[in-house]
Amino acid sequence: MKSFAPTAIVIAVLAAVPLVVQSNATLNFLVVTLMIALAGQGWNILGGYGGQYSFGHAAFFGTGAYVTAILQMRYGVNAWPGFAIGIAAGAALGAVIGALTFRSGLRGSYFALVTLAFAEVLRIVASVAPITGAGVGTLMKLELGARTFQFQSRAAFYWAILALVAVSLVIAELIERSRFGTWLAAVRENEDAASALGVDARKVKTAAMTISGAITAAAGCFYAQYFLFIDSGIAYGTWISVEALLTAIIGGVGTVFGPLAGALVVKSLGEATRLLIGDAPGLDLIIYGAVLVLVIWIMPRGLIGGIADARKVFGRRKPAATSITKVPHG
Amino acid sequence: MLSAAILIPAVLNGLLMGAVYALVALGLTLIYGVLHIINFAHGALLSAALFAAFFAFKLIGLDPYLALFLLAPLFFVLGYGLQRFVIGPASHGDDRNMLLVTLGIAVIIENALLYNFRGDTRTIDVPYAFQTFNLGVTYLAVPRVVGFVAVFVVALALWLLMTFTDIGRAIRAVAKEKLGAQLVGIDVGHVYAMTFGLGTACVAIAACLLIPTYYVNPGVGNAFVLVAFTIVVLGGMGSVPGAVIGAFVIGVVESLSGLFLGESLGQIGIFLIFIVVLLLRPTGLFGARA
Repeated sequence: MKSFAPTAIVIAVLAAVPLVVQSNATLNFLVVTLMIALAGQGWNILGGYGGQYSFGHAAFFGTGAYVTAILQMRYGVNAWPGFAIGIAAGAALGAVIGALTFRSGLRGSYFALVTLAFAEVLRIVASVAPITGAGVGTLMKLELGARTFQFQSRAAFYWAILALVAVSLVIAELIERSRFGTWLAAVRENEDAASALGVDARKVKTAAMTISGAITAAAGCFYAQYFLFIDSGIAYGTWISVEALLTAIIGGVGTVFGPLAGALVVKSLGEATRLLIGDAPGLDLIIYGAVLVLVIWIMPRGLIGGIADARKVFGRRKPAATSITKVPHG
Repeated sequence: MLSAAILIPAVLNGLLMGAVYALVALGLTLIYGVLHIINFAHGALLSAALFAAFFAFKLIGLDPYLALFLLAPLFFVLGYGLQRFVIGPASHGDDRNMLLVTLGIAVIIENALLYNFRGDTRTIDVPYAFQTFNLGVTYLAVPRVVGFVAVFVVALALWLLMTFTDIGRAIRAVAKEKLGAQLVGIDVGHVYAMTFGLGTACVAIAACLLIPTYYVNPGVGNAFVLVAFTIVVLGGMGSVPGAVIGAFVIGVVESLSGLFLGESLGQIGIFLIFIVVLLLRPTGLFGARA
């Protein structure tokens, strides 16, 4: 169990933060960052390990958020089972979308488009359906207590989201070293070759999308629980699809800590610009977009991959002979 | 409900709207046909072009139909530069990276517009905005008819360019067989950038034709481009006639479903077509390529 040590250390360090930091603003910032890291880890399971770049992970985030909120507000379900059902709904949606799209053999641009379309359909439905509160959105009742999963202190929320992130890290770690993870990587690198060797690519990808949907839905459930308000633009908006993939790409696709590192960097940059230039709509997203392009340009394997490469070059003084040089476009 | 007096105008207006969709979709399908990626920056570029046409009119009083002759070359250069100096080098020849880079550019452009101009919706007043042709059964807005005619002019110009010029031949060669084209001395990077430039110029033309009767805000391009995605998928990605026919089909479907289902649900009709076509026949109705 040696390689669980980094995960344990990272989580332990992060868990100690509220003991040192008292500021509500800082904790709030960290809670949101961890929530995005969780959504990004969901994206990473499918996009990073499986190579299927989804542009519509908002579908899972929004479904988790709405299912949790609606169960509590309209059906009087307790917050904890509500949360669990929200995650299950995300998994189910992932399985359905995965089964449909992979059955049709959609890859690359087509897969990106169809995921985007699913998120958009859900957004439009949520903006008119009475059960979601249509255009008004769903406001949840403020009722503090552990039983209702609503806490007065930011620290409690912080530990809750950290626990979820910890679970997602362990899941990524387990996938990485399992046979399933190897199949997934094989499908990512060359689907036809993997199929020829007997890997059931459709099943593997669908399973990845199910896990992916569940994790991103958990972030959505947490959002509803934390902010107590959602509407169609928040739940199914493109912002979360973009941020989920952004954190994973910037941190390092297909790495355990990529989404967490990416979320910390991206959110810190956004916060820094806000402090430097002031709060203006769109400003943080301009930075995100620029960082996305620059990271792909300069560090295609993300921060984690970039650090590993640098270590290889400077540490052991050995050329990176394993990397395949591709002919650049243009 | 099904009386001809309601249906005929709805179908005609759908066809007119379809013409503008066709222009946006033409740019998208052209880029897909050659680069084999979906350009996610297409919508943001459309928003930018609408803003450009808006300010050309507001600041220097340039009529949108004249601005077209300025903006189309300008956006061609912009598109060329984007592909040649940003998207191409940044994506290291990987298709998935290219998708992400276009997405990143979309996020930058859209939010730069939001940052500079806020989310306000703006319109311009041209004297002919509300002029109409009387067809007896219905009235047609003059600017929409102009757009309808312009689409055929642009499609014809594109066809001539692709069929009879050297760059057209080079573009077709790269679309068919990239490696082969490279081997006979075609500069693939240049061809990619030319294609991207042409696609972006289509967007500028669409913007100039739209602005007299439409509005502009930083997110307006997105709504359009999702429809354009549907059209391109329906017509078969990379197919030019498919894009034009698909655009008219979608224009009419949108108009009719808006009539029967209401504005917001009418949109769902389009997305359902989109998903169903993608799932059942991803090559589209006219596409041959798998």
